[in-house]
Amino acid sequence: MTARLRYDDVEAGAALPAQRFPIRRVDLVRYCGASGDFNVIHWNERSARDVGLPDVIAHGMWTMGAAGSVVEEWAGDGGRVVEFGTRFTKPVVVPAGGGEVEVSGVVKALDEQTRRATVELSATSGGAKVLGRCLAVVQLD
Amino acid sequence: MPINRAFLGRDLPPSEPYDVGREKIREFADAIGDPNPVYRSRTAAQALGHPDVVAPPTFAIVLSFRASNAVLFDPELGLDYSRVVHGEQRFVHNRPIRDGDVLVTRPRITEIRDAGRNELLTWEARISTVDGEPVCTATNTLVARGTARTTEAFGGSA
Repeated sequence: MTARLRYDDVEAGAALPAQRFPIRRVDLVRYCGASGDFNVIHWNERSARDVGLPDVIAHGMWTMGAAGSVVEEWAGDGGRVVEFGTRFTKPVVVPAGGGEVEVSGVVKALDEQTRRATVELSATSGGAKVLGRCLAVVQLD
Repeated sequence: MPINRAFLGRDLPPSEPYDVGREKIREFADAIGDPNPVYRSRTAAQALGHPDVVAPPTFAIVLSFRASNAVLFDPELGLDYSRVVHGEQRFVHNRPIRDGDVLVTRPRITEIRDAGRNELLTWEARISTVDGEPVCTATNTLVARGTARTTEAFGGSA
């Protein structure tokens, strides 16, 4: 476990370490239970296709959670994320054989008064950009 | 059928209290693939200055989702949930949610509008402790695909 990141150690434009998140159908079932969202499009292929989706898709909130863990890993403390927001631009398709999401990030801005960093995250899956305007504001020491 | 604009600005009744527990926090952190001890160990959380185990930054969705039933499934609202996809999500935290919190969610519908053939519905989940300490505001934007009034006007199948 890393120590908490200090404001003075961060530069605008710095890249966060990227992470790959494999995602299988069973992981979506687990996330259904953890979140309370049992929407059938996240676990039943036929139902997903019936509503026009290409296959089972991940919860947008699962992807946002994965992106949040990249911020947490970088900051050293997930409890210091004071704001976090995103648009869901494309679905993360999870075929029976599983899928993957890659998350990367960059420090967009630093606020000397508040000692907070704004980080922009990017997430792609199957060549598509799945999160848009994904921004986290982190309180640093 | 379009969403009923009469609901715009409406405050809905507060949810039942929710007891935040360490095992649920762990379950959620496991589910998003984050192994960090701050979400599992009181010692690790206290070493970082927190009173107890904290929840991941998106955990408030558990509270918000629970409250969403009362918001979205009122037949008067006219939302066809089979057409709904998640458009946007935002969290603003006064402090992290943590083990031992007893939280209440107060929903408010803040936006209902057309976006081309679709409609957008945004509602806020204002999450506080039962003692009234504000903890987090979750802003949830849903997209109802193809339900805008313009679609109906052209007699298109929704």
